[in-house]
Amino acid sequence: MSDDVIRVVLNGEPVTLPAAADDTLLEVLRRERVHSTRESCGQGVCGTCTVLVDGRSVASCILLAHLADDTELETAEGLGLPGHLGVVQEAFVAEAGFQCGFCTPGMVLAATELLRRNPTPTDDEIRHHLAGNLCRCGAYPEILAAVRHAARLLAEEA
Amino acid sequence: MTRHQVGRSLPRLEGEAKVTGTAEYIHNLDVPGQLHGVIVRSVEPHARLVEIDTTAALAVDGVRYVITSHEVRAVTAVDHVGPAFADQPVLAFDEVRFVGEPVACVLADDPRAAARGAELVEVTTEPLEAVYDEVAACAEDAPLVHEHLDASAMFADLKGLDDREGTNVALDYTLRHGDAEAALAEADHVFEDTFRTPASVHAAMEPFVAIGEVGDRGVITVHSATQNPSMIQVELARLFDVPENRIRVRTAWLGGGFGAKLYPKLEPLVAACAVITRRPVRIAVTMDEQFVTLTRHATTTTLRTGVSADGRITARVCDVTWNTGAYADIGPRVAQKTGFTAAGPYDIEHVSIDSRCVYTNTPPAGAMRGFGVPQVSWAYESQTDIIARSLGIDPLEFRDRNLLRNGRPHATGTAMHGTATAEVLAELRRAMAWDEPLTQAAAPLRRGRGVAVGLKAVITPSTSVALVDLSGDGSVTVSCSTTDMGQASATAYAQIVAEVLTIEAEDVTVLHPDTRSTPYDMGTLGSRSLYHMGNALTEAAREVRGQLLAAGAEALGVRADTVTLTDGAVSAADGRRLPFAEVMLARFGMQAGNLIGRGVFTPPYAKPEPGTGQSPQIAAFWMVGGAGAEVVVDTDTGEVTVERLLIAADVGTAVNPKVVTTQLKGAATMQLGMTRSEELIFADGQLTNMGLGAYKIPGFLDVPGQLAAVFVEDHDPERDESAPFGAKGVGESGTFGVSPAVANAVHDAVGVRIRELPLTPERVWRAMRAADDGGDRR
Repeated sequence: MSDDVIRVVLNGEPVTLPAAADDTLLEVLRRERVHSTRESCGQGVCGTCTVLVDGRSVASCILLAHLADDTELETAEGLGLPGHLGVVQEAFVAEAGFQCGFCTPGMVLAATELLRRNPTPTDDEIRHHLAGNLCRCGAYPEILAAVRHAARLLAEEA
Repeated sequence: MTRHQVGRSLPRLEGEAKVTGTAEYIHNLDVPGQLHGVIVRSVEPHARLVEIDTTAALAVDGVRYVITSHEVRAVTAVDHVGPAFADQPVLAFDEVRFVGEPVACVLADDPRAAARGAELVEVTTEPLEAVYDEVAACAEDAPLVHEHLDASAMFADLKGLDDREGTNVALDYTLRHGDAEAALAEADHVFEDTFRTPASVHAAMEPFVAIGEVGDRGVITVHSATQNPSMIQVELARLFDVPENRIRVRTAWLGGGFGAKLYPKLEPLVAACAVITRRPVRIAVTMDEQFVTLTRHATTTTLRTGVSADGRITARVCDVTWNTGAYADIGPRVAQKTGFTAAGPYDIEHVSIDSRCVYTNTPPAGAMRGFGVPQVSWAYESQTDIIARSLGIDPLEFRDRNLLRNGRPHATGTAMHGTATAEVLAELRRAMAWDEPLTQAAAPLRRGRGVAVGLKAVITPSTSVALVDLSGDGSVTVSCSTTDMGQASATAYAQIVAEVLTIEAEDVTVLHPDTRSTPYDMGTLGSRSLYHMGNALTEAAREVRGQLLAAGAEALGVRADTVTLTDGAVSAADGRRLPFAEVMLARFGMQAGNLIGRGVFTPPYAKPEPGTGQSPQIAAFWMVGGAGAEVVVDTDTGEVTVERLLIAADVGTAVNPKVVTTQLKGAATMQLGMTRSEELIFADGQLTNMGLGAYKIPGFLDVPGQLAAVFVEDHDPERDESAPFGAKGVGESGTFGVSPAVANAVHDAVGVRIRELPLTPERVWRAMRAADDGGDRR
C-alpha cells in the first residue's frame, strides 16, 4: 500500500488513483469525475454515494479510500451508459423508478447487489435491502416495481 | 392521424442519463481555476458582532482569502437581499440573528483547506436577547429580531408591505368576509381549537451548490442549483446595481428542490466572492448546512368555528401565526396566499382570517411543497373532524354537506370554478370503501380511518415567457426558465409542444434554464409551471405552426387556409405533404434558418381590497387534494402504522398520467414524513437534530403497504379555455390532506386528538395515557 495512491479496478479497468491518507473513497472518485457517486447526507445514512466494493454496497462518503485499495469498484456508469443500459437501469426507466434522479445511481447499485445475491427477491426483501437508500422525491413504489421488473428481465435472460 | 402527445405516459426524456449517473447537475460542475468556499456560521442565536479574526485561518496552507462583510459591502450596492423584505445580508455585519447564519467565507484551493480555515476563524460577539417561538415573538415586550425593516416589493401581490419598525411582525394579513364574530355569537355550537406544526426541512438530496465567475464586460455568471434563475438574476442585478443583462444565471437538472431553492441562497455570496477575488468561486454546502439555510414554517393556528344545529358551518375565525425565522425569505407571501385559504374548502358565509408572519431567532423559513397549505389544512381538517364527531355526524358526510362547490363564493369573494372539491371527496369515499365497516384489529392494536381535503390557490399574478424554435432540419427546441427538479416539466413541455406541432415528444429538446438565452419565468414554484409556462409554450408553438403553414402553403403553391399540420408535415388538400425539413428548405433555399415562436402568459388578477382581502379574481386556478388514511395504532407503544394512504386530487387534464400519479404519491410520502417523524428540535435557538442521521425522513420501510393516487380529470369550460389542454398543477396536491387524515384516523382508532405534529409514538402514547386519566377524547 503506497501512501498517496490506491490501485483499484474501476468499472472493469485497472487504475491507480491519487489518494491521501484521509481521503474518502467518494473524494477520490469525484476527483476522477465519476459523477454518479454523489455526496448527500455525508454521514453514510442516505445511500446516494453508494459504490459496489468487491460487489458489496458501501457508503463511499465514510469509507477511507485506502480501505478500498486493491478492490474492484463498480459505479452506475459501469453498469451501462445511455444507449447501452444495463438491465437494472432499463427497468428503472421502464417503471419510472426516479424523479429528480440524484439518488438513482445509488438505488440502481443497491438493487444490482441484491439481484446478484438473490435473483427472486420478495417485496419485503427488496424493501429491506434498499432501506439504506433514501429518496426525498418518494419514488419508492416505482423503485420497488423497477427491482421486480429487473428480476423478471434477468430471469428471461438466464 | 398523428397520435396525441398530451395524455401519454411518456417516460421522462432524461431517464437514461439519470439511471447511468451521467445527467447534468450543478453538483457535478467544476470551473477551471475555481476556489472552494466554506462558510463560517454564527453559533449565537442573536448577538452583536464585535470582531472577526481571520489571522489563523489565513495561515492555513491553501487558504487564499477569508471574506467578511467588509469585503462584500465594498463591491455591492445594497446591503440586503430578500424577495419580500430586503432583510438578509450576504454575510452578517452588525448582528447575527440565528445559529447558522453566514458570518464569513473561507476561500481555498481545495475544500479541505477551506474547511480547516473555517474552523480557525474567530468570531467575537456580545449576546443579545433572543426569541424563538412565533407566539412569544408577537408580545409587546419581545426582543426585536430586526430594528428596522425595508419592504422590497419585488412582487405585485406584496406591494402592500410597509417598511416597519419596533415589531417582529413582518406582515399581518387580514380577510373579512361577512361578520364572523356576530355569526359566532348566534351559532348553535362553537368550537375553539389550537393546532401547531413544528419547523421542518426540505432536505433535497442535492444540497445547495453554486459557482460564481466574472467574465467579459464584467458579466457575472452564476451556475446554481436554483428553482428560479430569473428571480436570482433580478436580485443579483439589484445587489450589484448592474443591468440584468450583465447577470447570467444558469442551472441544470436539480436533485430536488421542494421550495428550498427559491430566492437567493448561495448566489449572492459566490457572486460577491468572484467579484472580490476575480476567480471562479464554488460553494457546495453539506446536508447539515441545508438544515440552517431554509426551513418550513412552524405555525400556531387557532380556529373558532360556528356550526348550526343541522350541521352547517356558519362562521369561522382563523388566527394563523407563521414562524418565518430570522429572515423573511418568501414567508410574507406564504402568510398571505395561504392565509386566505385558512378556512378550508368549505362554503362558509362568515369568515375572518388573521394571518401573520413573524420573525424569530431561528433559521429562515420559506416555501415548501404546499406553500403553507399542509400547516393550515392540519388545523382546519383536524377541527372539521372534531366538529363532525362532536355532533355525531359522519366526518365524510359532514364535509360533503359543507363543501365549497363551483359557482359559490370563496372567503376571498372569488367565485369558485373548475375546482372538483365534490368529485375529490366522492373519489375518497369510493376508494376508501367508506360506507363499508372497518375490520377491527386485535388488541393491543386498534385500527382507524380518516379523510381530509385541502384547497390551494395558485400564486397569482405571475408571468411566464417561452420560445419555441424550429431549426433548418425541422427539429424543435424549447427555451424556457422552468427548472426541472424531478417533476418532469421538461417531458411535459415536450409533450405540449409536440401536440401542437403534430410531432413526437421524444423529438423535442427542452433546454435547461440559462438567463442568457431562456426568457423570464417567475419561478418553478407553487405548482404554477404546467399552467403558466404551458400556456406560454402553447402560444409559442402555435406561432411556429402558423409560420410553418404559411411557408408550407407557399412552397406547395396553395392558399395558407387550405393546408394543415399532420404528422410533422404541412399537408395540402390534394394529399401532397411537405415534412418540416422540406418546408425549411423551400423557405430558406438550403438547410438553414429558424422559425421562432414566442409565448407570454400572465393570468388575470384583481388585487384584493386591503383589510378585507376581497377580490373577484384572486387566483388563476385552484388545486384540490384529498387523502384517506387507514392506520393501526399500537396502544402499548403509541406507534402509528399507516397501512393505507390514498390520495385523490383534481388535476384538470393529466398531460402525463404516470408522472401525475408519481407526483401525488411522492408528495404524500414527503408529507407522511412531516406527519410521523419530521421536526426540527431547537434548544435555545440551537438546532439539535441537524442532518439525516438525526432527522428521520421517510425510507423504504416507512411507505404505507398500500399507497395509491387517483385523480379527477375535471373539465370546466371556463378553465379549459384558459389552461393548456385543460391542465393544472399537481406537484403539491398530494401533501394537502395527509397529516390531518392520519390524525383523524388515529382518533378513530384510539379516541385521542393530537393537535401538534408530528404524531410520534411518544406523543400518541402520552395522549392515550392522559385520556385514560379522564382527559380529552373529543
